[in-house]
Amino acid sequence: MVDDPYLFGQIAAANSLSDIYAMGGRPLLALNIVCFPNCLPTEVLGEILRGGADKTTEAGAIIAGGHSIQDNEPKYGLAVTGLVDPQKVKSNAGALPGDILVLTKPLGTGIINTAAKGELASEESIKAAVENMAALNNRAAEVMAGFNINACTDITGFGLLGHAAEMARAAQVSLEIWPGSVPLLPGAMDMAAMGMIPAGAYSNRDFLAGQVRLPEKVSPEMAAILYDPQTSGGLLISVPEKTHEAMLKEMKSRGIPAAAVGRVMKKGEILIELA
Amino acid sequence: MSPKTNIDCRGLSCPQPVLQVKKALDSITVGTITAIVDNDTARENVSTFARNAGYSAEVEKEGSNFKITIVKGSPVSGGETSSIGPAREGEIPIVYLITSNILGQGSPDLGQVLMKSLMVTLNEMTPPPLALLFLNTGVMSACEGSPVLEQLQSLSSKGTAVISCGTCLDYYKIKEKLLVGRVGNMMEINGYLTGDARVITVA
Repeated sequence: MVDDPYLFGQIAAANSLSDIYAMGGRPLLALNIVCFPNCLPTEVLGEILRGGADKTTEAGAIIAGGHSIQDNEPKYGLAVTGLVDPQKVKSNAGALPGDILVLTKPLGTGIINTAAKGELASEESIKAAVENMAALNNRAAEVMAGFNINACTDITGFGLLGHAAEMARAAQVSLEIWPGSVPLLPGAMDMAAMGMIPAGAYSNRDFLAGQVRLPEKVSPEMAAILYDPQTSGGLLISVPEKTHEAMLKEMKSRGIPAAAVGRVMKKGEILIELA
Repeated sequence: MSPKTNIDCRGLSCPQPVLQVKKALDSITVGTITAIVDNDTARENVSTFARNAGYSAEVEKEGSNFKITIVKGSPVSGGETSSIGPAREGEIPIVYLITSNILGQGSPDLGQVLMKSLMVTLNEMTPPPLALLFLNTGVMSACEGSPVLEQLQSLSSKGTAVISCGTCLDYYKIKEKLLVGRVGNMMEINGYLTGDARVITVA
């Protein structure tokens, strides 16, 4: 989807840095890990690394070195080390019944990526998806640090429902997700209806078989989006009901497209209910 | 004879099978496309695409492959293939592109009366139109409060595809109020406009 090596580097870095933010930490230093073919010009590699370096700088961290190997296709990621006050580590295991679940980025990058490969995605969709993937979760994490939240994880390859299920299992609770409230990238629904659904979305669905209750009113397209693997997705935060509005308000005032997308319930028969 | 096309999508990864099927469907007005796919992702994506594009799709398992049969020209009604499909062989199907909820310039009241009159007339056409494509304020016709809901419902039950532009529904914040037909995107609408049907624009 991303042909621009500089953007590719930025997205890979934002994705790598995200775990640190999801734990309530701040990134300190990063090591480049690069696979690169000898048939591509080295300028391309330079641009990838520049994208990674700029994103890492934006995050307030430094690149301390790295490793490179020759491979058939370009791959890039970073091993990131961060700092967090042990008293303030956010785990994915603390969700409490009554909490509200807040998601800080829209969904649909996997679907739009697939549609872009098929040259069916609109420019508007691609632009929004690329900006979404390249955006750091740093500001959302900063806002989150000001509130007494109970759990946090970041949304990546297992999709919203996959990562939500991990959160539910870890805390021995069930979750209710509100599909109508989930923020979507422009075009995601249309592209899902066109059958531009990546294989990963089906794997995620099959992996969660029997653990998610899908009412009939939830369209297959919406379900595909909820299972869609995300690249550099947002944070999913479990926040006490009484403070969630204040947190959402502050996120919105800082331009973060966050929304309340569900709530935590006592452990029931089913891990995730879609309401 | 309506043409039959076979597409071998084995070994192709997502989204190629959908693109191949879409290309084949776009190239015909009436006919049957049979696609062979070798994985569940392709099976589900091709079926999803066909269903949302308004075609009937049947999946059969053939060894480790799936055979998906898609019929264009006889739209799905209630899960069954209608025998009174609009695009009969030898007749040029007609598509109406409707970009306003009233017909013509001038008095809005008159425009509304004329629109209703048009919809009543379309119901008397044999065969009924292949599709009604609603854009801009046209989408209001298919939503709650529209004076032509009954006529649209009746056309839809005769097999006419009633498609409202999703962007337009979002813009006027009435997606929840859509009562007849379904949401479509510009690509699908453009597919109808550039297909073999005769297009009549109502503005």
